Amino acid sequence: MKLQHLFGIAQLNKEQIHYLINMGDAFIELSKRPIKKAPTLRGKTIINLFFENSTRTRTSFEIAGKRLSADVINISASTSATSKGETLLDTAQTLAAMQPHVLVIRHSLAGTCEFLAEHLRETAIVNAGDGAHEHPTQILTDLLTLKHSIGDVAGKTMTIVGDISHSRVARSHLLAAKILGYHVRVVAPKTLLPSKVENYGCEVFHDFDAAIAGSDILYMLRVQTERLTSNCCFPSIREYHEAYGLNKKRLARANADCVVMHPGPMNRGVEIASDIADGAHSRILNQVEHGVAVRMAVLTAMCDLRFNAHDLPSNPDKRGTL
Amino acid sequence: MNNLLFTHDAVMQALDRMAEHIQSAHGKSDAPICLIGIHTGGANVADALQTRLEQAGATVMRGNLDISFYRDDLDLNGPHPQIHSSDLSFDINNQPLWLIDDVLFTGRTIRAAMGELFDFGRPESISLVVLLDRGGRELPIQADFSGLYHQPESKQQSIKLLAHADHWTIIEQPRSLA
Amino acid sequence: MSDTVIRNGRIIDPANGIDTLADLWIDDGKVAGIGQFTGDATHEIDATGQIVCPGLIDMHVHLREPGQEWKEDIESGSHAAIAGGITTFCCMPNTKPRLDHAGVLLQVIQRVREVGLCNIHPIAAVTMNLEGTQLTEMRELSRLGAVAFSDDGLPIWHAGIMRKALEYAASFDYLIIQHAEELQLTEKGCMNEGWVSTQLGVAGMPNEGEDCMIARDIMLTEKTGGRYHVAHISTAGAVDLVRAAQKRGARVSAEAAPHHFAMTEEALLGYNVDAKMSPPLRTEADRQAVIEGLRDGTITIIATDHAPHHEDDKRCGLSCAAFGIVGMETMLPVALELVHQHGLPLADVIAKMTCNPATLLGLDAGTLTIGSNADLCIFDSEQTWGLDKNSLFSKSRNTPWHGQTMTGRVTHTLKNGRTVFAHGVIHD
Repeated sequence: MKLQHLFGIAQLNKEQIHYLINMGDAFIELSKRPIKKAPTLRGKTIINLFFENSTRTRTSFEIAGKRLSADVINISASTSATSKGETLLDTAQTLAAMQPHVLVIRHSLAGTCEFLAEHLRETAIVNAGDGAHEHPTQILTDLLTLKHSIGDVAGKTMTIVGDISHSRVARSHLLAAKILGYHVRVVAPKTLLPSKVENYGCEVFHDFDAAIAGSDILYMLRVQTERLTSNCCFPSIREYHEAYGLNKKRLARANADCVVMHPGPMNRGVEIASDIADGAHSRILNQVEHGVAVRMAVLTAMCDLRFNAHDLPSNPDKRGTL
Repeated sequence: MNNLLFTHDAVMQALDRMAEHIQSAHGKSDAPICLIGIHTGGANVADALQTRLEQAGATVMRGNLDISFYRDDLDLNGPHPQIHSSDLSFDINNQPLWLIDDVLFTGRTIRAAMGELFDFGRPESISLVVLLDRGGRELPIQADFSGLYHQPESKQQSIKLLAHADHWTIIEQPRSLA
Repeated sequence: MSDTVIRNGRIIDPANGIDTLADLWIDDGKVAGIGQFTGDATHEIDATGQIVCPGLIDMHVHLREPGQEWKEDIESGSHAAIAGGITTFCCMPNTKPRLDHAGVLLQVIQRVREVGLCNIHPIAAVTMNLEGTQLTEMRELSRLGAVAFSDDGLPIWHAGIMRKALEYAASFDYLIIQHAEELQLTEKGCMNEGWVSTQLGVAGMPNEGEDCMIARDIMLTEKTGGRYHVAHISTAGAVDLVRAAQKRGARVSAEAAPHHFAMTEEALLGYNVDAKMSPPLRTEADRQAVIEGLRDGTITIIATDHAPHHEDDKRCGLSCAAFGIVGMETMLPVALELVHQHGLPLADVIAKMTCNPATLLGLDAGTLTIGSNADLCIFDSEQTWGLDKNSLFSKSRNTPWHGQTMTGRVTHTLKNGRTVFAHGVIHD
């Protein structure tokens, strides 16, 4: 099996996940140099095709590509222009005809990458978030941050709080947890939990205070305020913060060395209090930093014709003819 | 199938010669000697040289390069499965640098390493010291000093430094076994 | 001298309780006799090892004429029907314009006469433009040829209008067919709500979206004494509701679509747009409940909900793809799974595609009674064949069975005694 595309965590095995995280780890140093550039992807063309606004993910991919000397082109396509599906395919096919090596796609509809991959045979596709389905590079980023913060995640407990129902980050973590052996607790009112979420093998809580004890990682999801009010998933921001916001009092009940994460952008004072976001437990800025490194690794793996963790050389000295 | 090329003693003597060369080239200056090892074999060699130079009273600054992301054959071989970060914790601008590797072969690794070094700054000079020169160059690159020489009959032969804790040897084997 | 004799087939005519090895002969387009044929006939069909039954009836078909003829028209829909052994079917009113007034209805009836390959009976809209707020001229539409009323594709969502529709149609003994879906519960949904929708990260449609409306409608039916028919029943809860209502004597009937008793939500994994329809494929428990309903007679009818869509409407990802699949050419082999895999009597399954819908809608079809129109389906119940969507007679290709092996194949279809389909070829 060759990894031609990166649709989601679901398609990866443990070795592939570790491979990508470790490569990302090696790239952290590049961003700390005075000259932040390596020739790894020289001559490669990467198109960031974003149908949803996401400055940080797009920028992260853009910096990752540019620091590796790839030519990176950003295209923001409004979803309204492509609400007719054929137009989405037309857009992608038009871009693919320009022969990029990698198409990085963000779309509000789940399954967009799988759908496009059926029709674009030559181009590698990286999922930068599709609806409520998957967001693999965010999870690889989080895992790299956790590698630095707490070491091996196996056996650790991650408590994910918020709109699980609409969260691709939550789903991808639930999948990664199974592969890497960490425990996940999801915390939300029933209106924000998807059907049969317990089938992922997670613990389900409606009471944040009950879930927090014993947590090694508190993962706060962004509250989409528009979504809460329009879908009546939650009556008010005030009540949400009261029940599911992370504050000092709650944090004190978690494990002493608990780390706090957030995929960004944060709503300070809603899902997370400012002093926690900026406090000693927070790894939120590490996530951003590591996001660039992990995306460098993912883009490198996509451009590497050989990437295939199933037959990675067992002998580490098996290099090319250097 | 493994053919022992150089014994532990031979390797140690070669390292001694390399350290002496570096020290004499460095002269009496008080400035530290900057050794840059290339992961993984070159880093081991640089560590051994550092020990010798420090025993002789010199000050040494160490750095390591992983040239995975500077290779010219990513499409063919992909990045190495065990990638290390490059680690250059000192400012290389206007420093004379000693670039250290274990086996010098085609010269492509050295080209990549020099490319990477220039992304960190502009050194005063770069000198190349290798443990073993096996010939077969594909680029106009030569070592300033080589501890050992051995030219195998075929390019398909692999020559490896086995750097076990206190027992270093160099072997030759067909590439298919490597 | 007879026109045609069909020799040595297993003749199954559930309406008359016939299941026998015999010859069947045809004169002047009518069934002339069943037994041992000793005379001469112009045409002869050897049906040894085959089953001969009344031409099938599919009471739930979406033709796209008028308005979306690139998806299907009356002619291509007729071809798909006879290739599936269907000689009589009903077309739903959600064309463009809708079948909600006499002009469009007459236009469709005129086109059906011109094509002439099948009996096609229109089902007219319950409300103007299917908006659920103003009743159509139901009495006039019934006199012009509509055989029932439905807003299918959309529910008759308004409880007050539903009550009035049941009452009004009952005054001339007409049937109201409901596409049961509480739209507030299924908003944005594109498949069954459950474990699969959670994994795919798409919005789901809960069973209760169907069940709630059926429960409401049954109460209104019992209050009004109307006649109510549940289209494409898909949930265990709905089957229970219908069964209980029938026990109380309510005039409630139900049909099941082949995909709902043959497939589950798992077919959507991988974002398979050709398994997207409404109501959606449900869980295995629901599928088994639908099969049980078919077995115990709660569900008396099998109908396809044949819904052709062009690739452009499907090829856009699961969330925005159109709902529906084509089904007429696969109805018989999929229905035979009930016999082969679930042990339902063959005659019962044939009844659900012949005399049962004919009786419900008062159609002159679905039997082999001597003197009735010689509309026949001859099939080999054991023959296996691979379905290729590109070989369908329908204009559309949206089938979930592409590439799969089907068991049971229609070999001949006869309409008024004339062979209109034989061994894969249409004779129009």
